[in-house]
Amino acid sequence: MFGKLSLSVIPSHDPIVMGAIGGATLAALVILALITWYRKWTYLWKEWVTSLDHKRIGIMYVILALVMLLRGLSDSILMRSQQAFAAGGSMGYLDPDHFNQIFSAHGSIMIVFMAMPFLVGLMNIVVPQQIGARDVAFPFMNSVSLWLTVAGALIVMASLGLGEFSKAGWSGYTSLTGKQFSPGVGVDYWIWAFQIAGAGSILTSINFLVTIIRMRAPGMRLMQMPMFTWTTLFTSILMVFAFPVLTAALFLLTLDRLMGMHFFTNELGGNMMMYVNLFWTWGHPEVYIVVLPAFGVFSEVVSTFSGKRLFGYKSMVYATAGITILSFTVWVHHFFTMGAGPEVNIFFGIATMLIAIPTGVKIYNWLFTMYRGRIRFATPMYWTLGFLMTFTIGGMAGVMLASPPADYVVHNSLFVIAHFHNVLIAGTLFGFFAGYSYWFPKATGFRLDEKWGKRAFWCWLTGFYLAFMPLYLLGFMGMPRRMHHYVNPAWHPWLIVAAGGTAVILMGVLFQAIQLAVSIRHRHNSRDLTGDPWDGRTLEWATSSPPPPYNFAKIPDVNDIDAFMDMKERGTAYRRPDRYDDIPMPENTACGLAIGVAAFMLGFGTVWHIWWLAVLGTLVIIAAVIVRAWNDDTGYTMPAAEVEVIENRRRELLASAAAHAGPGKGYER
Amino acid sequence: MRDPAAAIQTGEHAGREAASNRAFGFWIYIMSDLVLFSVLFATFAVVGGNYAGGPRGKDIFDLPYLFGETMFLLVSSTVFGLATLAAQAGRKRAVLWRLVIAFLLGLGFIAMEIGEFRGMILAGYKPERSAFLSAFFTLVGTHGVHVLLGLVWMAVMMGQVSVRGLTVPVRSRLARLGMFWHFLDIVWIGIFSTVYLMGVA
Repeated sequence: MFGKLSLSVIPSHDPIVMGAIGGATLAALVILALITWYRKWTYLWKEWVTSLDHKRIGIMYVILALVMLLRGLSDSILMRSQQAFAAGGSMGYLDPDHFNQIFSAHGSIMIVFMAMPFLVGLMNIVVPQQIGARDVAFPFMNSVSLWLTVAGALIVMASLGLGEFSKAGWSGYTSLTGKQFSPGVGVDYWIWAFQIAGAGSILTSINFLVTIIRMRAPGMRLMQMPMFTWTTLFTSILMVFAFPVLTAALFLLTLDRLMGMHFFTNELGGNMMMYVNLFWTWGHPEVYIVVLPAFGVFSEVVSTFSGKRLFGYKSMVYATAGITILSFTVWVHHFFTMGAGPEVNIFFGIATMLIAIPTGVKIYNWLFTMYRGRIRFATPMYWTLGFLMTFTIGGMAGVMLASPPADYVVHNSLFVIAHFHNVLIAGTLFGFFAGYSYWFPKATGFRLDEKWGKRAFWCWLTGFYLAFMPLYLLGFMGMPRRMHHYVNPAWHPWLIVAAGGTAVILMGVLFQAIQLAVSIRHRHNSRDLTGDPWDGRTLEWATSSPPPPYNFAKIPDVNDIDAFMDMKERGTAYRRPDRYDDIPMPENTACGLAIGVAAFMLGFGTVWHIWWLAVLGTLVIIAAVIVRAWNDDTGYTMPAAEVEVIENRRRELLASAAAHAGPGKGYER
Repeated sequence: MRDPAAAIQTGEHAGREAASNRAFGFWIYIMSDLVLFSVLFATFAVVGGNYAGGPRGKDIFDLPYLFGETMFLLVSSTVFGLATLAAQAGRKRAVLWRLVIAFLLGLGFIAMEIGEFRGMILAGYKPERSAFLSAFFTLVGTHGVHVLLGLVWMAVMMGQVSVRGLTVPVRSRLARLGMFWHFLDIVWIGIFSTVYLMGVA
């Protein structure tokens, strides 16, 4: 009935895990109790869970990302403090098995359940508005993507209390992840979390490709799209090509584990290194999937806060395209030490170094955008400046690693860890934080507190340097990654510094939580009445904050790269349309949630060999799709009169803003 | 909120645009599915020669049988093409009959594939016997599962055509099923050439 599942799989012997479970359960119970107390269940169900509004879906993605950020961060605190203690003869306070699960969960969560939902969330909130569209191409599929991602995250969370997570790292190399060496459920949890979230990502990429290519406002040529839209387009291309490779690789690994096949085993003709090749055929494009949208955010932020058009717009587009193509030609640099031979290694080494060229172009474009600009130092700009300085260092380290002989020396050492955190935190995460503070008013209607935002930034920046610069040194000193304990006393001081850095980062996260709380409390004083709090340049600032469900009552005409700035300069930004039209809207549905729940059943059932649950989950998914396919009328029409009521309310807000700001802004038109 | 008259007015135009967006999205999906198949093909290319002392392709492949199996799938695809023509001409009964024939032929393909697999497994050539057999069963079986899902979809479409008639959404779904069905043909031709023909060579 319950497969391999029984009460004994709860790790009751481990006080740290039980504490985490207790904490997570308690937090969940408090949230559920609060929702019940304030009678918000109907509101949540109608306005959020079943919503097909891309802005709502985007916000839910970002919330998921922030929650998972906390989980990933607690993992890193555990790891850093373990290594700060476990020097000399000490074994630290973590059990080795547990330590292995922690670093595996940390990587898996941060990439697939923090970075991915964060970027998809920002894409959802921003891209349709940036191209002057009323929605994404497939609103229902968007909801399916969200709930698949949530289902994947829940599978990771379930592994905390039931059984174990993978101990084989986020990349899950074979043959360690084969049945012979990992007989437990940990690897299965890891596989199914990735599979389900990966399916969601493929659907997302199809959705955004169609949206951007087919649904731009009239007049917006490709070479007039905002940079964030461009990077979303390229990221979607990468996703649609790369994720199926991961799906296939994990599928083959599943067959090895469940059916005893021999793809990646070390016997009867299996080939372990084939897995590593397949994994990084996805894995390398994946790092560009998460960093390109961040580059898009920086481009938007730099140009808005410098009050200038982005320098070298076209070169920026071509640089992004170049990175997109090159990203598929470098995967072997993750395992030069496989010994493919000098010819193969040098090809991948040179391809890797080439990526520095388009990336360098981008760095200079951002610098030249600021040059002679009238820079406003708001929080998003802080993140951008921190990124420019720090990311460049990480990029340099990457060029060093691209050289196979140098890579042989530091392979698998903390130098590598320092490098990719240097580019992923300073590049991806700072980018998402910049986007978070930049578009927060757009999504919610009020601004984030600047003071706490800047405090959080300084903590993150200094914490980052303290935590990761010592890792470069430790790499040179020969310390391998993923060590539970060590005997070399020379490493100890640097690991203590690194642990201190993590504490400073923790403070940064704490300040971000305070920032959110303070901003919500003072939301009435920091409301964004105009929808354009930063004097923005692109079309998402033409809507109200938060935007109406249909975004634009009248689809704008686009004549310029900075379409909204152009409209403001010509005085047409706030012009009232002659008449309002009926607007077709998608109707809410719980079908997406049902598919997410069923996917969880499929994954969880397979992990624990509860076959009836897995089969049931599969059947529910197929049934939900068929039921949905029978429904031809999945939308309703919002009548022009209702649009007019909403738009008139917006005009009142604009008028009150004009009263505050004085004449000349054009709001009164 | 719901105004049926307005829904019909905007619905026709919006419906056609949505159909063309969906077709484009489906092309992209097919491309991503092709990437998945290409990984399975590449895997077969890498480990397909690792027999580990087990059978080789020429020991277990029965080409005349496979030719028959292939014909089922190709003719099914052709008949589906005829159903598409009938759908464009608005001939509902012809669409239904041709879908039924295409469905039965597809079912015949699946039945023959199951027969082939069953024979191999009974002879002891199981997927866990060698990397070659693992890659063979996985590549061919993944295609088979796609065909099976295509058949489920076709059954649903037969229901929609008979109940709803050839409305805009139904025709748009038929068009996408057609893309899927022909795509599976192309993949099969790849499998037939690289796995079976090259396997017995």
